Amino acid sequence: MKLQRLKAIAKKELIQVWRDPRSLMIVLLMPLMQMALLGYGVSLDIQHVPVCTYDRNGSPQSQDLLKLFEASPYFKIVRDASSYHEVSQALDRGDCKIAIVVPPDFSQHLDTAQATPVQALLDATDDNTASIAMGYAQAVIQTFSAHVQLLRQQATGQPPLKVATQAQSRVWFNEDLESRNFVIPGIVAMVLALVGAQLTSLTLSREWERGTMEVLISTPVTRFELMLGKIAPYFLIGMLDAALCLSIAVFWFQAPFNGAVTTLILTTALFLLVVLGLGYLISAGIRSQVGASQVALLVTMLPTTLLSGFTFPIDQMPAPIRAITFLVHSRYYVTILKSIFLKGSSLLQLGLPILMLVIYAAIIGILATRAFRKTLD
Amino acid sequence: MFGRIYNIVLKEFIEMRRDVWARFRLIVPPLIQVIVFGYAATFEVFNVSTAVLDLDQTQESRELISRFSYSGRFKITLNARSQAEIKNAIERSDAVVAIVIHDGYSALLRKGETAQAQVIVDGTNSNTALIALGYVNEIVMNFAQDYARDMARRLHGAQPPPPSVTLEPRPWYNAGLNSRWFFVPGVIATLTLTLIVNLTSFAIVREREVGTLEQIMVTPIRSMEFILGKTIPFFCIGLALMMLIAGTGTLWFGIPFVGNPLVLLLGTSLYLMSVLGIGLLISTLCSTQQQAFATNFFVINPLFTLSGFSFPIASMPMLMQYLTYLNPVRYYLVIIRGTFLKGVGLDVLWPQFVALALLGTALLTISILRFRKSLD
Repeated sequence: MKLQRLKAIAKKELIQVWRDPRSLMIVLLMPLMQMALLGYGVSLDIQHVPVCTYDRNGSPQSQDLLKLFEASPYFKIVRDASSYHEVSQALDRGDCKIAIVVPPDFSQHLDTAQATPVQALLDATDDNTASIAMGYAQAVIQTFSAHVQLLRQQATGQPPLKVATQAQSRVWFNEDLESRNFVIPGIVAMVLALVGAQLTSLTLSREWERGTMEVLISTPVTRFELMLGKIAPYFLIGMLDAALCLSIAVFWFQAPFNGAVTTLILTTALFLLVVLGLGYLISAGIRSQVGASQVALLVTMLPTTLLSGFTFPIDQMPAPIRAITFLVHSRYYVTILKSIFLKGSSLLQLGLPILMLVIYAAIIGILATRAFRKTLD
Repeated sequence: MFGRIYNIVLKEFIEMRRDVWARFRLIVPPLIQVIVFGYAATFEVFNVSTAVLDLDQTQESRELISRFSYSGRFKITLNARSQAEIKNAIERSDAVVAIVIHDGYSALLRKGETAQAQVIVDGTNSNTALIALGYVNEIVMNFAQDYARDMARRLHGAQPPPPSVTLEPRPWYNAGLNSRWFFVPGVIATLTLTLIVNLTSFAIVREREVGTLEQIMVTPIRSMEFILGKTIPFFCIGLALMMLIAGTGTLWFGIPFVGNPLVLLLGTSLYLMSVLGIGLLISTLCSTQQQAFATNFFVINPLFTLSGFSFPIASMPMLMQYLTYLNPVRYYLVIIRGTFLKGVGLDVLWPQFVALALLGTALLTISILRFRKSLD
């Protein structure tokens, strides 16, 4: 390997980037805008679920119950229906996500001290919102139920019943259970994976399509030098992007950051190497730019959004899919980022994911060097 | 005119037929994507890894713990012997939930006092944590009620239970609360977006970059005819993708399709207008494929993430919610889920159809005007 040849390739690549200010702008602005849009937009916190009520009882008790729903910050009553037809229409149109139907004999049942069911009709097309809304509704009903019991005991003069046992729960690392706190580090990983793949996945196919590859092949440059020379300039750009994204995450979105900056820089650099290497591998394998771009889109966007643990918890996936996630580079980086941000983990504690990324980088390096042949057909 | 359009369409299809890999890339990755989505995309919570520290070691404490493991929601992966071990397990993510029952738990229970069971939850993934906490409360509450009933029976004999109000949930459209039903139909929207925008923008930018666009422009073909000839094949591919994914979803995953297929077909056609419009617009902004690629990423990712596909639009800040009105994916997802799961028709979905038609017309008009200009 000769440093001189490597430098020449890297310089040529940099000049090419420099001469295309539009691409450079996109590369630098894209992460900024993505971070801003996604950072604001991505949230799983559910509040103000639109509710439709249908009070078939119309008694003071049923009104008390519905008032509790009105007072809850998790619900917003958008409609007071007067028939089942109206309720089902509201659900069909998506005007409300949940409908609370109080049965006609609600107050009689309460007076005779029976267990009284209240119906909750849920729009379960989005099952996650539905089950969270159901949990909130359960809580409201429980409060009401306890209130009814208390009144009854006061009326009959019985001593108040104590709850036998309670769960005293504490949440660690993300006390307020804000989805943003874990989503923001995930977005950084996603944006970097996308930018990285986009930077290198067309580098070789472009040379093939434009016909400059023949010239490149006739030079004494070796496959390894070519790879390093092609990746080096983009590594610099990638690190710049990473710095931008991480600063936005920490300073703008105020994602809690408990770890060490050096750990962050080292692991980010490693991840970028993997991402850029993967892009280069795609580019070496596919000679047309459309093809390379399609493959790059599919192998980065889908796995990072779906299989990295960024949104969907990996331990809930079936075993074969869980096995596939071990092949997803961003899985390790998402773990690393979340741990550094929320748990303040050190390099040593992150040993396993870091080792996996190193292995990943090595395998991709070997494959990418081999995939490129200095022959014309 | 139709002859010339037909010729271009034919040329595109011949090119596609010759390139085995191009066809492969059109069919296989979407299939893989649907299947992976079907299995992997879930917010449901089962078998949460749970660490247990039972310092009480009585019948009551064991009963409570066994209720956790029998619920199917929690899987006890560690029987700890000290608080330190619990702390370690949570910190290393070996366990997401930890249950600690202190010494004297059953003594308090028997005295009729409120006994506390301590629960620690790793909130790193707030969604899982929130749902798991819900189950924790439900299990402990049921245990408390059963215990109180037993106590009352033993002390006073059979007594009428205190009045209570219970919630009777009826999930409509997706009675099993199955995440798969929510996500797999949605893949139609995101996949056609990713593939079609990319294909359309590249198809034209490639001609420009390689220089064949000028050759085409000296032939008698008009720019409108050229655009139609270029986009019709992708329109067909889009429709084929929709059928491929819908077929896999219903046949492989058994997702119901209760609505009218014609409504979905009409919705898809309107949606494809917007998607083709976006692709064309990108192609007028870029002169090299590298630029087109960067722009595609730039555009597709927010459209995809801010569509309501996985993150509910209602959870976004108001400004973001307004911005999503400009996103065609948002409307198409409502149409897809409406036809698949709710079985509603045009009487309910007409606002979405109108919005898609407006967006599609606007995008196509702008891009065609810009395309004409970019040729001069």
